[in-house]
Amino acid sequence: MNKPIPTSADGMSRVDGRAKVTGAAKYSAEYNQPNMAYAVLVGSTITKGTVATIDTKAASAAPGVLAVLTYLNSPKVPGHIPTKAQKPSSKSGPLKVFYDNKILYNGHPIAMVVADTFERAQYGASLVKATYNKEAHDTQPPKNITQGVGAWGGKDFTKGTVDAWKTAPIKLEQEYTHPSDVHNPMELHAIIARWDTPDKLTVWDKTQGTQATRDDIAKAFKLKKEDVQVNSQFVGGAFGSALQVWPHEVAAILGAQVVKRPVKLVLSRPDMFTSVGYRPYTWQKIGIGATTDGKLVGITHEAVGQTSSFEDFAEGPINTSKGLYASPNITTRYKLLSLDVNTPTWMRGPGEATGAFALESAMDELSYALKMDPIDLRMKNYAKTDPDNGKEYSSKFLDEAYAMGAAQIGWENRQAQPRAASQNGWLVGYGMAGGMFGAYRDVAVIKAMMKADGTLTIQSAVSDIGPGTGTAMVLIAANKMGIDAGKIKFEMGDSSLPDAPMQGGSATVSAVGSAVHDACTVLKEKFQQLMGNGGTDKPDYVKILKDNNLPSLEVLTKSAPGPDNQKYSMQSWSVHFVKVLVHPATGVVKIDKVACVADCGKIISPKTARSQVVGGAIGGIGMALMEEGIIDHRYGRYVNNNFADYHVPVNADIPQIDAMFVNKPDPYINPIGAKGMAEIALIGMAPAVANAVYNATGKRVRDLPITPDKLI
Amino acid sequence: MKQFQYIRPASQAAVLDAIAKSGSKIIAGGTNLVDLMKKGVMSPDKLVDINSLPLNTINTSPKGLHIGALVLNSVLSENSLVLDKHPLLSMALKAGASPQLRNMATVGGNMMQRTRCAYFYDTTMPCNKRTPGTGCGAMGGYNRMHAIFGSSPQCIAVHPSDMCVALAALGATVTIAGKKGERHIPFTEFHRLPGEHPEMDNHLATGEMILGVDIPDNNFAKNSYYLKVRDRQSYAFALVSVAAALDLRGGVIKEARLAMGGVAHKPWRLFDAEKFLAGKAPTEENFNKAAQLAMQSAKAYEYNAFKLKLAPATIAEALKHAGGLA
Ligand SMILES: Cc1cc2nc3c(=O)[nH]c(=O)nc-3n(C[C@H](O)[C@H](O)[C@H](O)COP(=O)(O)OP(=O)(O)OC[C@H]3O[C@@H](n4cnc5c(N)ncnc54)[C@H](O)[C@@H]3O)c2cc1C
Repeated sequence: MNKPIPTSADGMSRVDGRAKVTGAAKYSAEYNQPNMAYAVLVGSTITKGTVATIDTKAASAAPGVLAVLTYLNSPKVPGHIPTKAQKPSSKSGPLKVFYDNKILYNGHPIAMVVADTFERAQYGASLVKATYNKEAHDTQPPKNITQGVGAWGGKDFTKGTVDAWKTAPIKLEQEYTHPSDVHNPMELHAIIARWDTPDKLTVWDKTQGTQATRDDIAKAFKLKKEDVQVNSQFVGGAFGSALQVWPHEVAAILGAQVVKRPVKLVLSRPDMFTSVGYRPYTWQKIGIGATTDGKLVGITHEAVGQTSSFEDFAEGPINTSKGLYASPNITTRYKLLSLDVNTPTWMRGPGEATGAFALESAMDELSYALKMDPIDLRMKNYAKTDPDNGKEYSSKFLDEAYAMGAAQIGWENRQAQPRAASQNGWLVGYGMAGGMFGAYRDVAVIKAMMKADGTLTIQSAVSDIGPGTGTAMVLIAANKMGIDAGKIKFEMGDSSLPDAPMQGGSATVSAVGSAVHDACTVLKEKFQQLMGNGGTDKPDYVKILKDNNLPSLEVLTKSAPGPDNQKYSMQSWSVHFVKVLVHPATGVVKIDKVACVADCGKIISPKTARSQVVGGAIGGIGMALMEEGIIDHRYGRYVNNNFADYHVPVNADIPQIDAMFVNKPDPYINPIGAKGMAEIALIGMAPAVANAVYNATGKRVRDLPITPDKLI
Repeated sequence: MKQFQYIRPASQAAVLDAIAKSGSKIIAGGTNLVDLMKKGVMSPDKLVDINSLPLNTINTSPKGLHIGALVLNSVLSENSLVLDKHPLLSMALKAGASPQLRNMATVGGNMMQRTRCAYFYDTTMPCNKRTPGTGCGAMGGYNRMHAIFGSSPQCIAVHPSDMCVALAALGATVTIAGKKGERHIPFTEFHRLPGEHPEMDNHLATGEMILGVDIPDNNFAKNSYYLKVRDRQSYAFALVSVAAALDLRGGVIKEARLAMGGVAHKPWRLFDAEKFLAGKAPTEENFNKAAQLAMQSAKAYEYNAFKLKLAPATIAEALKHAGGLA
């Protein structure tokens, strides 16, 4: 039944595709250095308390072990990693590794063994023995979650009347939860740290921002920025987990300091659950009301998100309700719940994917209460200006996206009545849901250099975590310069290259792509000036360089957002349509067909854009049906921290996914007309699945993931 | 990982010599043992690689179909004799693990694979199976994947195999070799219930090895089905699985075989349900009754109560497929 995903799509293939599939692409852990040592972390086996004793004798004496670091003997980090919390907090901030004997969560690093081989470091780590003074811990969100949470999550928001939904003739109020989801990119987080001199450091590190990592490491170790070199040539997925510097990175740098050799540290899969963040467990409640003909009267969206006891991580689950529909009255409240866990972080579609699950499920519930088609309900409340702030949109074609997706999935086959259709003994259901995410543009600098042989080199410090950044940049440059893409080389993943923002928030093409566009524009103009007479639109670069006796011509161009980026509300939009089959006896859900439409401005690289949407949809299917980080709260410890037990979709779970684009340039966001698309590819997918499951079965699952036991 | 020795003897006698000492472990495909060693759950002093032994044949014998202990799960699932005579076994094999794992996994290793209980795998947690006397972490913990039949206060783990569920249903026998010679035991008596000794998964004694299994000829080929319910469509252990085989003649069930996976410390034969079905017509009503009968001794824990509903539903569904009603 599952059709394979088509392998071909229009457009240029990835510039680094061959290197990736042949193994020629080198990831951070593969930059082995001469005389390199290996580090393995030892995590606490209790959840809260202090280390009473820590015995490292056996480990230190084990063959090949060079050093065992603990809070007792580790050099202190002069500055520590600065907090990412959005507001000043009384909490102590990012974990300070090997700093004191406090245990803040299960798996808190208490020691690191450095040895001459990985196996010996691992064996040494198994010999480190600690005793603890245990304190009572709490890792479980309470049943009555709104009680006892007071921590900051952002200001309450009201537009119009508070909780106006309660006055509507048709209304409902429901609670929704999703568990903590762990990013789990295929590539394990890894770092190789090498001190070149006592105050000069080079790292090969998995990061979404070479310069942000450079700056944070420089601050922590009180080094000059220019004395920290960060390389991150290829990144094997990150989804947000590599947007900040984590304790293991600091630990590896400390280890290299102690053993005076380059040190490699690769997290294990279980480490990935407690070391590099996750999408936090979030409880949400939606109150929503409409007139009998489906005009929204009000939406109230409350959310409580999990964070750690030592750091406040807040995101935007309630933003979706502020902006997706033209409701005259909107109330949002968002709080944090502190537990004895590691700190969460942004994960693809951060906040909005969470919020969309609640809001778009509630909209679906409302559509049944109104006996109205879910698309009609959305069109009835279509926002023509931003409900949050009244601004005009820079562009919005979500209505076209609804129509495209509905046609592709065969929406006319959907039964308005749940549990009304079946096919070969399976219940059939259709569902849809949408999402939005802010479209951003940051400052970026590009160096572009045309050489005598007619090849163009473009440079940026940006990382590519997998979307095909290099491919998009080459296409933009080829288009602007009017030369063959094969003649263009994009160099990146190196903090010493021209400034670029982190790869996050779906903003890389908008920021770096615009800078490539601008740099190429300037470079081309230079050539045209050299030609005289205003030049032609197709300069012969090789000839001009030769005629002018120039070995090459280069520009360094800074590209920045303008006043339009403030004037308009800029958003990317998506809608997902899903057809599911649900087995009535066993509760098994099979995704039968998916159609996703993105309204994200101009599509720069059709092939990688399609992959981006397919990947996001698959992530959303995982969120809907299977992802769940499970902690045994008696111990505060994960019981499924591996790929056999933490389920992500496999090929057999994934049907054909049709990825479509409205593909209309945004006139205001940037010179290339492209908005972000990574986050919206996932946002809205989980509720689309949940809504389809309801249509198939008549069962509304409000607590993700939708596993078979919840449907029987 | 602890240091260990590795040997690859050329003869069965040499293997039996090598495994006589406790601390020695046979390694076949290594897909389970190596993981357990990396986790520190098992730490043998010596690995005895049996891959030089001639135990990878599938052939017909007077006893039915003989399958050597080293036959790969992937090879077995595609073998024409198996597809022809015992398609149930092929279906069960293909429902297990992933193609990559099946390409390494052997019949003997599959039978001997250890439970996937999270508490067994995490050496910081209590587990009577891993470390007798430490308690059962799963009993009051996260026990969604755990047993509803035949558990004991010491252990509620399940045997994770799919292949074994089919072999139990098909009434295979196991051939075992030890220093004292060969012995044969029914497949259904190979694995054991946890009782007071959950550290023992089965009745293979120290110093013994599995040579192979034999499946007697039967009339089930046309009417058998393996149904595995899991959290994703591939590469996941069973929440509940059912092997159903019917000998249907003239609209009457002459004999029925039913076994379940994911519900007990061993592949769980449903003898009462089988008895009930014998002589009956293959109707949905009879299948549902059989499914209810099968559940009589079931007992659930905090997170696996859904199995009380899922198990009979899966039995009935598997029977419908086997009986040609679905
Ligand atoms: C991620 C993952 C998912 C999986 N999913 C499934 C699944 O869905 N269904 C399923 O059924 N299985 C599943 N498996 C388990 C897989 O089937 C087993 O790992 C495999 O069958 C073991 O065979 P092996 O030859 O690799 O055994 P090994 O790892 O080599 O050995 C396992 C044990 O058997 C013993 N042994 C091996 N051969 C003999 C012999 N001839 N005599 C005596 N003792 C012997 C060894 O000493 C060892 O204790 C999964 C495994 C993994 C890692």
